[in-house]
Amino acid sequence: MTTNLDLYRCMYLIRQFEERALAEFSTGKLFGTTHAYIGQEADAAALFAALGPDDVIFSNHRCHGHFLAYGGDPYRLAAELMGRATGLVGGRGGSQHIHWRNFYSNGIQGGIVPVATGIGLAEKAKASGAISVVFLGDGTLGEGALYESINIASLWQIPVLYVVENNRYAQTTPTELAVAGSMADRFKAFGIETWEAASSDVLTLLPVAREAVDHARSGGPAACILHTYRFSAHSKGDDPRDPAEIAKIRVEHDPLTIHAPRIDSVARASVEAEIDALIDDAFTRAANDPFPTLNVE
Amino acid sequence: MTTVLESLNSALHTALETDPRVYVLGEDILDPYGGAFKITRGLSTRFPERVLTTPISEAAIMGICNGMALRGLRPVAEVMFGDFVTLMADQLINHAAKFRWMYNDQVRVPLVLRLPMGGRRGYGPTHSQSLEKHLLGAPGLKAVAPNSLGSPADLLLAAIADDDPVLFVEHKLLYTRPLLEEKDLLDWKVSDSGGAYPTFTLRTSNIEASHLTIATYGYNFELAREAARELMYEYEIFSEIVLFSQLSPFELNPLFDSLRRTGRLLTLEEGAATLGWGAEVAARTAEQGPSEVRIRRLGARDLPIANAKSLEDAILPSVQDIIQTARILLEK
Repeated sequence: MTTNLDLYRCMYLIRQFEERALAEFSTGKLFGTTHAYIGQEADAAALFAALGPDDVIFSNHRCHGHFLAYGGDPYRLAAELMGRATGLVGGRGGSQHIHWRNFYSNGIQGGIVPVATGIGLAEKAKASGAISVVFLGDGTLGEGALYESINIASLWQIPVLYVVENNRYAQTTPTELAVAGSMADRFKAFGIETWEAASSDVLTLLPVAREAVDHARSGGPAACILHTYRFSAHSKGDDPRDPAEIAKIRVEHDPLTIHAPRIDSVARASVEAEIDALIDDAFTRAANDPFPTLNVE
Repeated sequence: MTTVLESLNSALHTALETDPRVYVLGEDILDPYGGAFKITRGLSTRFPERVLTTPISEAAIMGICNGMALRGLRPVAEVMFGDFVTLMADQLINHAAKFRWMYNDQVRVPLVLRLPMGGRRGYGPTHSQSLEKHLLGAPGLKAVAPNSLGSPADLLLAAIADDDPVLFVEHKLLYTRPLLEEKDLLDWKVSDSGGAYPTFTLRTSNIEASHLTIATYGYNFELAREAARELMYEYEIFSEIVLFSQLSPFELNPLFDSLRRTGRLLTLEEGAATLGWGAEVAARTAEQGPSEVRIRRLGARDLPIANAKSLEDAILPSVQDIIQTARILLEK
């Protein structure tokens, strides 16, 4: 059973990891790009509390939060971000292209959706009992491959859960300029059971996540649309939003601030100290690891 | 007498019979129709659970195969016309081709995409192309092409057994061709490189010093033989033919062996010649092959493939084009 403290631990871990990753960019230890999950932590905490250990996850460019909630090692993720040989995929993939156990990510919007649908079909064929979960954003709703996939998932009753995290901006483009009509109706039109929630409170999201996961596990596709807020820029410096708007959502919709009062302050301080040390160790160790070399036959 | 079509069809039956991980996906592949070119005939009747007819959704077909392959199945996808592979390009280039290397060799993507390519049937600009050249340069993808000399069934079974994604490039005109028998090859001494995707070398019987090497694959081997015969009887020009089953990655040693004997290379393909398969073969020959090889490339003109037969014939490489190009190569 997932406790309030477990949920807090998960969200705090993600927050600390992402804050540290952004900070390391300014020190030059990270290169390339990164897409912080800050503000959306309740989505991952709720969904992964509802998922089982054998379920197969396909995430996108903003995958760190999902990976950490999945149980992934922050040290190996940090090493991957720093392009080290000890990284999750030996420095070959970087921030957006990682794999560990049943967790995969790729940086192509929409392209991961049919892949995850095929994964669900494979798990069904193998009768493994696992479901496939794929994370989309509001921006991904513009990609045609999504609609091809949900049509087939419904026709073939594939156990796949489509999670749309609507953080209201596709890079810099607000949903008002990119998404016509209803998000939920897109899935419903294909006969897919759809859940929807607009909250940064992990306890509001948890029962929604459980229902959607249970439905997919019962054998058919499900969709779960979570309206959330991204506090950080899309990647690093590309945030033309009004700072006042960001300040306001940080005050009103911070999943950690919402959830923290539910936990005993001593226990909370202890968990925070433990995670602070874990993150510091992860980044410090990773920074001293070797860079990979290319071995060509 | 077995046709290429029957050979490919039998391979799919065998694969489904012998390996429960094999699935076949594509548009209109169910019986009684059995696919636009009938390669999948009979499969859905025998294996209804593993032969899946799909909506017209090429990107999803390919993506679903990627997901199935990642998780231990061995999907074989058919795209109705190879021209539609453009709709699958993201799934091939950014997913199938990358997963194994990008995930640090921790995964495999064992899938086959069957691509009926080629013209000469009057299908016009979007149903007649040979688009494989656009994918030959994508690291992580393997491309092979059956022909009437090797066993198309063995080639397809090898592709299905391969742990990496394989593009299986079939020329539509090959389907009804019979597999060659000994009596069809009396003019030739045939050797092959062995391996799962063999390269065949055909040398004119009783001739030690041939004048040129024609490098080709798939259906164009039919044209190459016809041209070689005419070159021999009409012009006393003796050819070797190096017939590739594997288009990429490029393995050119059997070709270089032939070029050491002939010193002249004619590459022949049906796709537009610019930046094509032959261009890469020619470049590698110049860099790594025997010195002082004269080279000409022959492929389609850089135009869409027209519908009218007179135009289509003028755009695609013909037997007469091969003969003319060979004679140019032989000029002093």
